[in-house]
Amino acid sequence: MVAYAAVNRGLVLIALACALIACGTSADPAGQTLAGIQQRGEITWGADIQGGEPFVYEDPQNPSQLIGFEVDIMNGIARRLGVKARMVQYTWSNLVPSLERGDFDVVMNGLESTAERRERILLSDPYYVYAETLTVRAGEPYRSLFDLTGRSVGTLNQTVAHDILLAIPTIEPKVYEGNEEPYRDLELGRTDGVLLDNIIADRYGCINKALRCLPYDVARGVYVIGIRKGDADLKKAIDGALAEMRKDGELQKILEKHKLWDHRQTEQQTGGGITRPARSFDGEMLWQFLQAAWVTLKISLLAFLLAVPLGMLLAVGRVYGATPLRVAARIYIEVFRGTPVLLQLFVLYYGLSDVIQLGPMEAAILGLGLNYAAYEAEVYRGALLAIPRGQSEAARALGMGPWQTLRHIMIPQALRLALPPMTNDFVSLLKDSSLVSVITVIELTKRMTIAAVDMRGWLIPGIACAAMYLLLSFPLSELARRLERRLARDQRPHTL
Amino acid sequence: MISVRTLSKRHGDRQVLKDVSADVAKGETIAIVGPSGGGKSTLLRCLNYLETFDEGTVEIAGFKLRPNMTSRADIATIREMRVRVGMVFQQFNLFPHLSAIDNITLAPRIVKQEAPGKSLERGLELLAKVGLRDRAGAFPHELSGGQQQRVAIARALAQQPDVMLFDEPTSALDPEMRDDVMEVMKDLAAGGMTMLVVTHEMQFAHDIASRVWVIDQGTIAEDGPPSQVVDNPRTAVAREFFSRIRK
Repeated sequence: MVAYAAVNRGLVLIALACALIACGTSADPAGQTLAGIQQRGEITWGADIQGGEPFVYEDPQNPSQLIGFEVDIMNGIARRLGVKARMVQYTWSNLVPSLERGDFDVVMNGLESTAERRERILLSDPYYVYAETLTVRAGEPYRSLFDLTGRSVGTLNQTVAHDILLAIPTIEPKVYEGNEEPYRDLELGRTDGVLLDNIIADRYGCINKALRCLPYDVARGVYVIGIRKGDADLKKAIDGALAEMRKDGELQKILEKHKLWDHRQTEQQTGGGITRPARSFDGEMLWQFLQAAWVTLKISLLAFLLAVPLGMLLAVGRVYGATPLRVAARIYIEVFRGTPVLLQLFVLYYGLSDVIQLGPMEAAILGLGLNYAAYEAEVYRGALLAIPRGQSEAARALGMGPWQTLRHIMIPQALRLALPPMTNDFVSLLKDSSLVSVITVIELTKRMTIAAVDMRGWLIPGIACAAMYLLLSFPLSELARRLERRLARDQRPHTL
Repeated sequence: MISVRTLSKRHGDRQVLKDVSADVAKGETIAIVGPSGGGKSTLLRCLNYLETFDEGTVEIAGFKLRPNMTSRADIATIREMRVRVGMVFQQFNLFPHLSAIDNITLAPRIVKQEAPGKSLERGLELLAKVGLRDRAGAFPHELSGGQQQRVAIARALAQQPDVMLFDEPTSALDPEMRDDVMEVMKDLAAGGMTMLVVTHEMQFAHDIASRVWVIDQGTIAEDGPPSQVVDNPRTAVAREFFSRIRK
């Protein structure tokens, strides 16, 4: 009866959660979005304010207010549809899948018109013509993208610029998530060029005196509004509104206001960019996954190899050290354990780049190693304290000094006791290593998200990714189990 | 070999040892007996400085111990002294991650920096001496309590000490295992080793010890050969203690 009640309560909770989720989305049945918009008096549009100025961003004078040329254009469209516009915050790379799921009515956030997008969703007429601008370091002789053969060039993930770089096999693309970092790494010499939309290049790259933007466009493309398939009437309404805005000069006024109006906006455009067909999970992709798995394994192993001795040093310092050492160890542990590892990686790779310049792999290994050392330190401290007092007394009575006692008696026994939690931490590290993609390392999870875009679906890359993590972690936990059995022969469970 | 002068130790406001003075000559075997909480173990542990003391001095195996030995030189002295003074604990305290032979040879190798071959040879001899030559590769948890304690004795002997301290070596053992350990200690005493043994074994005190100390309330209440101290105790404390033990 009790169990039944518990199950029942669980079902109610699930039902409640479903109801809440259902309320959260404003999805209208496919093909009826326009009707829904008119009924609600509101059009919702997905965007990511991380894209920053001038697209959609928080007004510096009044951060609760969103401004940007896309806000102005969308307001203009909404006014012509007789409704209000409301922006919904989403991660940029998830905008299209979220649109398809029905989380909002349209996408408007520097969405480039590409063949693969045209296949997947409806695209409005363009509201802006952009160019791909190549930025290099000032004083270096590069004159075109092809001069950068054998070099690495930075860009943003899932952009037309990225596709262009992938189409030139001799160039090694380096993928970033934010607008500022590619130019910073270019300046530091970590890359030799950055290919990005002129809007971004003008604001983050060309204004930097150490950098130089090449004068001609590598390619041109247009920004469009993304609309769900089946909402042809909505596309027609939006295209109509845009045409009106172009005709009555409102669009030009908005672009001028944001310093975006240029000669490109009135020139005849020639088709859209580079097309990449959807990939399937073939041998080449498997090879890419294996390479990424190797990166994940390498980072995790080396980071752990750093974390174990450093953690032991911290634990010994904290348990046996003199007061200053004890305090220092404590501060280290609290700082590294108490702040996000993501932040630590950012600080190490970008924040400290004026002091020391680390490659992405080194920064990843160092960052994860320093972070996990804090966790290991506490595991070892607990293990050191769990060793019976008689052990160190026996060692001292034999004439061993403090270091000898630590090295031959305490640490070997502490490691035996710590083996199960260490295995735990290693498996956890294996998965945390996915965070290093923020500093441009392509490891297993990053490979999965790239493959998901290339394959237009998450299912197969997701399964492949999960399988590889399991293939990495299982042998390691098996190895640890054997080690445990061999080293800790006398530690059998108590009979209860 | 040992001379203790006006040794005092306090635990907070409790006086654990009060002005203890005593001498032990080379080759003597001292049985230290007395009611629990009287300070037997504390006195023994002061002799190799596992416990510090507040006043007095200890001279043992040619080393002089004082209160507050904290300087670098003092610490070096203590370590040298401990090589000359072996200790055996009630709970054996074998190192569980090392085999019997490694338990025995570790200290000679790392403290005295003996050649591995030499320490191994003597370790095996010592194992033979305590009757465990065939268990050299066994780990502590694979040995019985009596066997573990015999390995612990061999471990202490491996440093070739001048003095052996035993802190209730048989208290944690079943009666049938005590005899094996007692036998080893008896041989050791017969071989001329200077020994101090905190014990509840009256048989040992009576038959093997050359002298018996009765310790009560932090002082040596009675000190003399077993025929005198055990059979005809002079002090009320000793009389009461032995009569309680015999019951």
